[in-house]
Amino acid sequence: MVRIYIDQKPYDVKPGKNLLETCLALGLDLPYFCWHPAMGSVGSCRQCAVKLFKDENDATGRLVMACMEGVRDNIYLSLTDATAHDFRSQNIEWLMSNHPHDCAVCDEGGSCHLQDMTVMTGHAYRRFRFPKRTYQNQYLGPFLHHEMNRCIQCYRCVRFYKDYAGGKDLDVFAAHNHVYFGREKDGILENEFSGNLAEVCPTGVFTDKSLREHYTRKWDMTMAPSVCQHCSLGCNIIAGERYGELRQITNRFNGAVNGYFICDRGRYGYEFVNDPGRVRQPVVRAENNEKNLFESLNAILVEGRMIGVGSPRATLEANFALRRLVGEEQFYQGIPENEARMLNKILAIQHSGHVYTPSLKETEHADVILVLGEDPTNSAPRLALALRQAVRTKPLENISGSNIPLWHDAAVRELVQDDKGELFMAYPVHTKLDELASGSLHAAPEDIARFGFAIAHYIDTNTPRPEGMDAQTLESARHMAGFLQKAERPLIVSGMTLFDVDIIQAAYQIGRALETAQRKAGLCFVVPECNSTGLAMMQAPSLTAAMKAAETGNFATAVILENDLYRHGERLEVDQFLSTFKNIIVLDHLAHDTVRKATVLLPAATFAEGEGTLVNNEGRAQRFFQVFMPKNENIRESWRWLDEFRQFQNGAMPNELRELDNLLEELVAAMPQFKGIERAAPPSDFRINGQRIPREPHRFSGRTAILANVAVSEPKPPEDVDSPLSFTMEGYRGMPPAPLIPFYWSPGWNSGQSVHKYQTETGGSLRGGDPGVRLSGEGLHFENGFQEHVPPAFERQPDEMTLVPLPHIYGSDELSVRSPSVESRIPHPYIAMNSLDAERMQTMEGDVLQVQIGGELYELTVVRKDEIPEGLAGLPYNLPSTSGIAWPAKGVLTKALL
Amino acid sequence: MISLLRSIGLTFLHMFRKRETIQYPEEKIVLHPRWRGRIVLTRDPDGGERCVGCYLCAAACPVDCISLQATEDENGRRYPAFFRINFSRCIFCGYCEEACPTYAIQLTPDFEMGEYNRQNLVYEKEDLLIDSQGKYPGYNYYKVAGLAAGVKGKGEGENEEPPVDIRSLIP
Repeated sequence: MVRIYIDQKPYDVKPGKNLLETCLALGLDLPYFCWHPAMGSVGSCRQCAVKLFKDENDATGRLVMACMEGVRDNIYLSLTDATAHDFRSQNIEWLMSNHPHDCAVCDEGGSCHLQDMTVMTGHAYRRFRFPKRTYQNQYLGPFLHHEMNRCIQCYRCVRFYKDYAGGKDLDVFAAHNHVYFGREKDGILENEFSGNLAEVCPTGVFTDKSLREHYTRKWDMTMAPSVCQHCSLGCNIIAGERYGELRQITNRFNGAVNGYFICDRGRYGYEFVNDPGRVRQPVVRAENNEKNLFESLNAILVEGRMIGVGSPRATLEANFALRRLVGEEQFYQGIPENEARMLNKILAIQHSGHVYTPSLKETEHADVILVLGEDPTNSAPRLALALRQAVRTKPLENISGSNIPLWHDAAVRELVQDDKGELFMAYPVHTKLDELASGSLHAAPEDIARFGFAIAHYIDTNTPRPEGMDAQTLESARHMAGFLQKAERPLIVSGMTLFDVDIIQAAYQIGRALETAQRKAGLCFVVPECNSTGLAMMQAPSLTAAMKAAETGNFATAVILENDLYRHGERLEVDQFLSTFKNIIVLDHLAHDTVRKATVLLPAATFAEGEGTLVNNEGRAQRFFQVFMPKNENIRESWRWLDEFRQFQNGAMPNELRELDNLLEELVAAMPQFKGIERAAPPSDFRINGQRIPREPHRFSGRTAILANVAVSEPKPPEDVDSPLSFTMEGYRGMPPAPLIPFYWSPGWNSGQSVHKYQTETGGSLRGGDPGVRLSGEGLHFENGFQEHVPPAFERQPDEMTLVPLPHIYGSDELSVRSPSVESRIPHPYIAMNSLDAERMQTMEGDVLQVQIGGELYELTVVRKDEIPEGLAGLPYNLPSTSGIAWPAKGVLTKALL
Repeated sequence: MISLLRSIGLTFLHMFRKRETIQYPEEKIVLHPRWRGRIVLTRDPDGGERCVGCYLCAAACPVDCISLQATEDENGRRYPAFFRINFSRCIFCGYCEEACPTYAIQLTPDFEMGEYNRQNLVYEKEDLLIDSQGKYPGYNYYKVAGLAAGVKGKGEGENEEPPVDIRSLIP
């Protein structure tokens, strides 16, 4: 701690930071533009000027930029000094001289950092009477709208897009007062994190295009803390609603998970909630039409003999409620056997005690990274951004002698030049992270696993050595083993993308070999869906086992929870499975093929209409909260429906609405591996000064007019029995506990930049600790030991191609593809293969091939990728047009007859 | 006695004064143009809707009786898809008019809004939008705003330079 004096008041602060972040952490208001907590300082906007004095007797002082000045012991500075204040307001006046008169039609208005800073410095009247500079805008794709006139040249966009996220197609053009931030020409911004520009830009140059479709000001939204549903990382988000429609997703800071940024799939994938084709009404199939919904449900449930199929994208509560309804023996995970086996193995590894499971934040600090059979950019995008930071910031460890502070971004990068951390990518095709990698291996899944075994062997010679590997691969394995051994925080990223259990085993072997008394290797596994880990922790048998049980057992009813079985197995098998039941109850919000088979269909709540807990890939349980009460009372959380079923079963008409807390209590009692899950969020009776936390900002408008067209007397606002949040603007206005922050706002700070008021230190964790609880997993049983055999090498099949699934950020996720903006970026279904294979088939790039996979025929366009080994072909994983493949798969290729 | 007669005399004289009472409703009162009565939505000089759906009136409203939804036409011009004022809640404070950056929402000297049914006091956009510029003639927001929304091109507005040629290095 060092002592500094700000306006004659002493403060004890942490050294090694700059004055700006120190002032902000102390709760003082100092305007800034170009500085960003995640990106450091460059000192380009000249806004954060403060007066710095030589010593306590110095009355003159000098102006310095707070973001470019480090904290030293015994320094005297002034924020309120007249010169500094005048400088800041003059600077704003200059920045505003070309800023258009757009606030009324600007989507940033109301959450605009430029507005906030202008008001803060007191610049109220325009004195500059000369013409304003104008620019032409560009088309930037379905995610962002461009309005270049509003730019204040802070350079944050290119610093985020190019330096932080590794984008190539956004840059600064032209010179002097004509600088232009955009693309070389109109076109879609390619980077997976482009949506963050809407939050990074301090004004409205880049704004959210999907919000524009149904524009609502920040102050008018009903918001709740939520968790992203589109991959396994569990990034924290804020979801906003207006007029019964989900309107916007923004980043919710979580110091241990996503920090300041989320990916575009998470930001724009939300519109499946508003899909007009969604399941909104309970439906009873025509055969049963002599009975109404409740009569037929009653008949089915009293009859019993039910089988329950859970879902990796449903909440833990819903899966548990189903398990309780049908009984532990009749509950099955709705995923194929091989996926269940892999997940169980991952859990066993995570709880083995030999390796370390890092949080997403911790992966940003790894010094050597090995990616084994995973393409994080597409399967878990936010992880790719974290790995990028790890590679980028690794060389900073060595600059301590240079006397340059870490926050001094431009100087640090000048010093580091092209120096990078160690990253090795092993994946069948080129990935976006290859450009950062010091080495890469493009091979079949079997060979990637063997490569992993070879690395493990070089670290610890007691582990088996794969035979017959070529010298070059062995050499790079030996090389990588050397790097990993020397590393202090080695990280191995692996996962289920390639459906190869041996890759996971290989990752574990390496991690185990690296274990010493001082360090454990970090193992980060990517799993398929938002609650895959939570479902796997319930340790139920797989869908394949359910199919077997249905053949032999005497079941009358299947209860299928938020699961399209046709995505997880071959069509014929699923048809066969479903045909064994007299009744099929389906609970879901999406309309899909399984829904069409239902005899009784019940509308389930999406993440925006219900509450629940998800367990992310690292085993962190996170609660998401209901954003709004759906107008249609039939839309209920799956766990609520299932709980009502159970009351039906007991012969009672459901009346009491069960609270979430009771269900969680029963969950922990039944399955001790979930102990601690109730701490993921405060209980529903939590109050501050007897008040709830309001979901609506205090400026929320239109309360007495929104529903006035229906009835002029205002209805009672909906009550929330499951959480301490209220659906109104009344309640406690102070700092809520971290898991309950519905939006970021602080007096004078209307934009998302106000997050620093909620943090213990700028860029640190939230006050009271970051939300989420790492589950201990005690009481989990793992049967299969760790086998030590090395898989055989990949061999080309003479008559058929071996297929590998290639996930895509836009397309492979079941929910986000229903969002129009994401849908427009789904790739055309293709088959990627080596040129030699393509020539053997006598096809050119762009030709259409018919591929017979199992019982299904797919028409796919040929894409040549020469890095793929011969005999192997890549297929986009689970696009709407390529689902229903039982992976790993083989396919027979024939040329389509045109 | 004298004061009594004086009062009678004064009252008698009042018979010849100009009458304050008017025969409402046959006879209408003339109100000041700034009288805060029925709220209207006005049009710009070119006949386009002035309201750009910025939500400032709704935010300023102390009784929260304004609700609207902004939308866009094919040129990117914003307008309200619906605009609702619940006059059974309105207190005619005029904050909405003060907040309006485009002179769209204006209070008029009309107070004759009585209804037997409270529901009829809910006015929608078709009830509010008038074919006039109201109190502020000549103002067209899109001519002074920076963005191009079909009214003028980029750099063609009042007090604007032509768009920057980013390929040029000439100072």
